[in-house]
Amino acid sequence: MSNDGPLGEFGPLSLHVPEPAVRHGGEPDFSNVNIPEAGSVRRPEVDANPEDFRDLAFSIIRVLTREGEAVGPWAGMLTDEQLVEGLRHMMTLRTFDARMQIAQRQGKTSFYMQHLGEEAVSCAFRKALAPGDMNFPTYRQAGLLIADDYPMVEMMCQIYSNERDPLKGRQLPIMYSSKEHGFFSISGNLATQYIQAVGWAMASAIKNDSKIAAAWIGDGSTAESDFHASLVFASTYKAPVVLNIVNNQWAISTFQGIARGGSGTFAARGLGFGIPALRVDGNDYLAVYAVAKWAIERARRNLGPTLVEYVTYRVGAHSTSDDPSAYRPKTESDAWPLGDPVMRLKNHLILRGAWTEERHKQTEAEILDTVIAAQKEAEGHGTLHAGGKPSARDMFEGVYETMPPHLRRQRQQAGV
Amino acid sequence: MARKTMIEAIRDAMDITMERDDDVVVFGEDVGFFGGVFRCTQGLQAKYGKTRCFDAPISEAGIVGAAIGMAAYGLKPCVEIQFADYVYPAYDQIVSEAARLRYRSNGGFTCPIVIRMPTGGGIFGGQTHSQSPEALFTHVSGLKVVVPSNPHDAKGLLISAIEDPDPVIFLEPKRLYNGPFDGHHDRPVTPWSKHDLGDVPDGHYTVPLGKAIKRREGKQMTILAYGTMVYVAEAAAEEHGIDAEIIDLRTLLPLDLETIVESVSKTGRCVIIHEATLTSGFGAELAALVQEHCFYKLEAPVARVAGWDTPYPHAQEWDYFPGPARVGRALVETLEG
Repeated sequence: MSNDGPLGEFGPLSLHVPEPAVRHGGEPDFSNVNIPEAGSVRRPEVDANPEDFRDLAFSIIRVLTREGEAVGPWAGMLTDEQLVEGLRHMMTLRTFDARMQIAQRQGKTSFYMQHLGEEAVSCAFRKALAPGDMNFPTYRQAGLLIADDYPMVEMMCQIYSNERDPLKGRQLPIMYSSKEHGFFSISGNLATQYIQAVGWAMASAIKNDSKIAAAWIGDGSTAESDFHASLVFASTYKAPVVLNIVNNQWAISTFQGIARGGSGTFAARGLGFGIPALRVDGNDYLAVYAVAKWAIERARRNLGPTLVEYVTYRVGAHSTSDDPSAYRPKTESDAWPLGDPVMRLKNHLILRGAWTEERHKQTEAEILDTVIAAQKEAEGHGTLHAGGKPSARDMFEGVYETMPPHLRRQRQQAGV
Repeated sequence: MARKTMIEAIRDAMDITMERDDDVVVFGEDVGFFGGVFRCTQGLQAKYGKTRCFDAPISEAGIVGAAIGMAAYGLKPCVEIQFADYVYPAYDQIVSEAARLRYRSNGGFTCPIVIRMPTGGGIFGGQTHSQSPEALFTHVSGLKVVVPSNPHDAKGLLISAIEDPDPVIFLEPKRLYNGPFDGHHDRPVTPWSKHDLGDVPDGHYTVPLGKAIKRREGKQMTILAYGTMVYVAEAAAEEHGIDAEIIDLRTLLPLDLETIVESVSKTGRCVIIHEATLTSGFGAELAALVQEHCFYKLEAPVARVAGWDTPYPHAQEWDYFPGPARVGRALVETLEG
């Protein structure tokens, strides 16, 4: 194909392909991330007219100051006990991740995805939900299970695909599923769960129930058409759903600007659909909880969906299959201006007089012991390549409620 | 018992299941107020209210994705895709989600949904209103695929599909909505009111999924067909004076292999016909199964008559459509072969 169009007064066209501010080998640069002061963003009434707070889609709701103080209209929602519990959840998730990451490196499973730096998002959100509500998570929200006291041994057995795997070895590691804990089966395909959450919420409204749904997606997969469909359906039917976008800056090696385009923020995507949108500091446990509570109440009061963008940073690799030093500066996570969620909550609790360095160290050790004990128990039931595993017969079960004749024949052929 | 068109029979099935079970909801493009472009859902919104029968945005992925979420909640959605040709935006939701949900969650979540869609050609609908994509669904583990050929079966099969605990793709041959079309496009079509299979019992009844039916007993060969092709097969066999056993498969997945094997073992000859394109079509699966199970009874090669491997054309519709002339030639060759 030759560029044989007539050259007019505007000269030739050229394609714009966005690039991140800096790549590997360069100095980290977050000067383009505008961070408002903690406590500076107002808190609208839950039933306020969304037209009156469109600006919140372009700001960042923050509660914790650099010094660890909780300030502003979104502060003051959690007791010392609740905050200590939140800290324990995040520390547990971090320790769990570290152990499972090593287990993958030891060949005990095929694959793992950790949450490093993003623990506040799912741990705090879970505490704002009520029993019976349903999450439609991605692969980086295991805090929803940890903070709901789902047994770690079950999670590990799933990761190891062993004889006690609640999913019988049929799913990739970390693609958990638990109806009882309000955790919809993770697909692994991106964005498909977003519209399903909207459908679940519509069903709850059709049945005049009181339960609400929470949809989860990452910055990169908002580019999928399912995301657009979700916003249309949620907006049209005013579905009782919280539409969460976890913006951790990176979709594997692709910076968030490739999915976001020229819209400024992901939260702003909601505005064109008439969906109120909030943007929140995803590394601030108190802010995440306060915003989640607000959006969940809005859904529960039948006022419709809310879009929430959590601004955070993926400190680790996307999964055990990539090396971030090949696509972003090695020290970028240290330069991330919103800090570390565990450290920030810890400092806040110390400032409140509800926590000490000593208790923190003690808790770390306790949690490590608990996780190691769970791991031992799980490994007693086998790991991917050793010990007890699901039977080949299990492979043929559960495709349909009743096994049809062709699968029965194939199972016989397989000799199981 | 009343004579009904296939449209009325399908509407009746939804009406009856909605009446019996509050968890059945129906939605899709133009489905609510207007009652669907083929009028299959006419009157359901007025009768059951707009939270149980409603219009959806033009978003097939959204329609199926939302239905999956509703099913996970505990509802039984029966959704309409306006034409099978428009189902592709929903394909990921069907293949990666609906079909696998029970399996991947070990039964923690299930997906009892029905996705209805008009299929097949014969109405000068060109590329976008004529396709027969059944093989794209029979290839997917976890789905059931149904193609009724008459009002009686359409109602009974749709009730079975809605009551089924797993996702069902329900393909409605649109050329059969108003009468049994035998491929003679230049002749008037007999309306269902003048055909025995237009007799639709009142009230609730089911035609089981996974069961084929013999439309005609015969000795000289077996014809495997479904949807519109059942009538083309009847016409072709009659015109050539061939004593064919015609099996209407009704459900493609799971398939009633027993009925097929029993028949081909008896006749020793088999012709498979479908509207969909030939290559990797469902006929290939049928031919493979017939040779695996009946090889030593076969007296002629298994023949396939199908749509040509081109996009569905407009002006050349009757050159494309596997009508009685093409089917007839295959029957004669198989008998002589």
